[in-house]
Amino acid sequence: MQNPQPRGIVAFLTRRRGGKRLDTSDIITYLYLIAGTVVMFGPVLWLVMSSFKPLEGLYEFPPTFLPYQQKTVQIAGYDQPLDLYDVKMPDGTVRRLAQISQVGIGARMIDPNAPNEKPIDVRIEQRTPVRTIHFELTNYTDSVQKFPFLVYLRNSVVVTVLATLITLLINSMAAYALSKYEFRGRDAIFVIILSTLMVPVSVILIPAFLVIAKVGWSNNLWGLIIPGAATPTGVFLLRQYMLTIPDDLLQSARIDGASEWRIYWQIILPLAGPALAVLAIFSVMWRWNDFLWPLIVVSRSDLFTLQVGLNAFQGELNQQWNYILAMTVLTLLPITIVFALLERYITTGIATTGLK
Amino acid sequence: MSDSKATMNLRGSLSLGDLLLKPFLWLLSLADVIFLPLQNLIGTRRMAYLFVLPNLLVFGIFILLPMLLNFYYGFTSGNSILLENRPVVGTANFQKLFACQNYFDVNSCSEDLFWRGVTNTGVFVVGQVTGIVLLSLVTALALNRPVRGRGFFRAVFFYPVLLSPVVVALIWKWILQYQYGLLNAFLVAIGFNKIPFLLDARWAQFWVIAISIWAQMGFFTLILLAGLQAIPKEMYEAASMDGANKWQSFRNVTLPLLMPTMTVVLILALIRGVQVFDQVFVLTNGGPGTATLYIVQYIYRTGFEFRNYGMAAAASLVLAVVLLVLTLGQLIFSRRQEAA
Repeated sequence: MQNPQPRGIVAFLTRRRGGKRLDTSDIITYLYLIAGTVVMFGPVLWLVMSSFKPLEGLYEFPPTFLPYQQKTVQIAGYDQPLDLYDVKMPDGTVRRLAQISQVGIGARMIDPNAPNEKPIDVRIEQRTPVRTIHFELTNYTDSVQKFPFLVYLRNSVVVTVLATLITLLINSMAAYALSKYEFRGRDAIFVIILSTLMVPVSVILIPAFLVIAKVGWSNNLWGLIIPGAATPTGVFLLRQYMLTIPDDLLQSARIDGASEWRIYWQIILPLAGPALAVLAIFSVMWRWNDFLWPLIVVSRSDLFTLQVGLNAFQGELNQQWNYILAMTVLTLLPITIVFALLERYITTGIATTGLK
Repeated sequence: MSDSKATMNLRGSLSLGDLLLKPFLWLLSLADVIFLPLQNLIGTRRMAYLFVLPNLLVFGIFILLPMLLNFYYGFTSGNSILLENRPVVGTANFQKLFACQNYFDVNSCSEDLFWRGVTNTGVFVVGQVTGIVLLSLVTALALNRPVRGRGFFRAVFFYPVLLSPVVVALIWKWILQYQYGLLNAFLVAIGFNKIPFLLDARWAQFWVIAISIWAQMGFFTLILLAGLQAIPKEMYEAASMDGANKWQSFRNVTLPLLMPTMTVVLILALIRGVQVFDQVFVLTNGGPGTATLYIVQYIYRTGFEFRNYGMAAAASLVLAVVLLVLTLGQLIFSRRQEAA
């Protein structure tokens, strides 16, 4: 009675730092966030769980959340392992039996502990399959072995890594010139670069295809790497960051006899580290997930990236969802790991720069 | 303070990458062998041109040049992609694109597929932008409250943004699958019949919109959250001193101060919505029929499947004009915001 703190389990659960209790709006907030978590993350979780199911488990209706496997038993006298069932007998008891055959609504069963006894005939609605949780890995091993998945993976890695390095290099060089030098045409160059922020690939599809062909890069990984490297966003981001680096640093380096390249290389680049890191993360995301550009540049399947390859698979393997699902998981895995490690930098990077 | 800590951590976690980069970096530090003599030749000041050159070359060849060539394609016809084999036809492509007996009836247009794409894109953009603005606003407001596990929830809502369009499409294709899909299992469990979600025009249109909201709202939530956090706490204190309740302080403090961010979100979502392509390409490929055929898909089909490059380029120019108007709108708006 003296103690104003409410007791009991509800009070414990609704307790909050600072001693205040949850009110209705807090509860609504939590309910919304939890529902949101189910909607946002549920589909991905469902994909991952499904990818561990054997084909017959995928084509089961209604589906189960966990992957199961039918338990079987090997009985002398039968070539194939037999499926195990729990069967409700006419007298009400439940016996674990192995199924020999099924005809219409009837099934012929045998007791695995007494294989020499006469087979038992039961109606199929009396039996329930005996199953154990089992993560089927052959979906993954088969996808990697039977399909050119590793080739696509290699192409994606090569494109992502090289493109990101080149993007960082040429964008930072341009940003250095645009932020630290006075030269004729500087503002014009900057405006032209910025104005193409709004020119998406979709608008220049046809002529870009011609240019790539003329350069000789159709069906060539360079055709995927180079064209997207001159990102206006990258130049803009790095230039804004480099503007904050004091010019005195450059002047004193010049007096010490450093060349312009060394100033860029040994002073500007290390100081622009945080901005470079943000751009690197974005570049990796852009390149790994890129679809439309590789789709038009590359038509030879040994040059497909993961995204284009995955799209091709889903067209070809219409009924083999087990492989499609496993490959989808493998494709989203690297970006998920990057996100798990660098979540804070990615989210704050987006919130402060507004780019994606 | 948290920023400097973040930077330090980032450097720490990238150290393995640094190690792998070492040979590459060493090679580039040798670049001075080329750059120093050049500097002595042209002088310190003109080195700037050398520094912008690589970026400008790539940019000029692969972005600027195609932009200009697009005009040539738009005003020529024929099935050849080579410029010299294309007869100039003036504005014929555009005339064909806009030739309609009745602008309210898509079927009366000679290029009805284009108009199908335009109307579909219109419906898509309205639905998607409304959904994105509303849902990301609600989510940002929820995440701006002092809830436990805020970082976790923020990450969960953001996660789909990182997934590639192909992955997003396949995740949902499996859930919406007619025979064995999760959603149809739910429907059957609560006593309804299965629905062929991706084979029914209306449902396909609905799901294409819903899925692209799902995939993108996390990005806009982050922007709105940053906007919310920029609102000074004193404003709320002043409002509550004046006796404002929660709803009143939301209406009179939060909403007006968040308006600039909301407009940025709105226009960005519009710009992206108009360009919708890859997710839908994998999910429905424009179908059933032409129910989910959008403008970029029309361009892709006309150009790369029908080899009608002139019409495709003309349509891209129309799309470019739409994007230009939207971007200018955003520029003018943000200028006015800065001036105010």
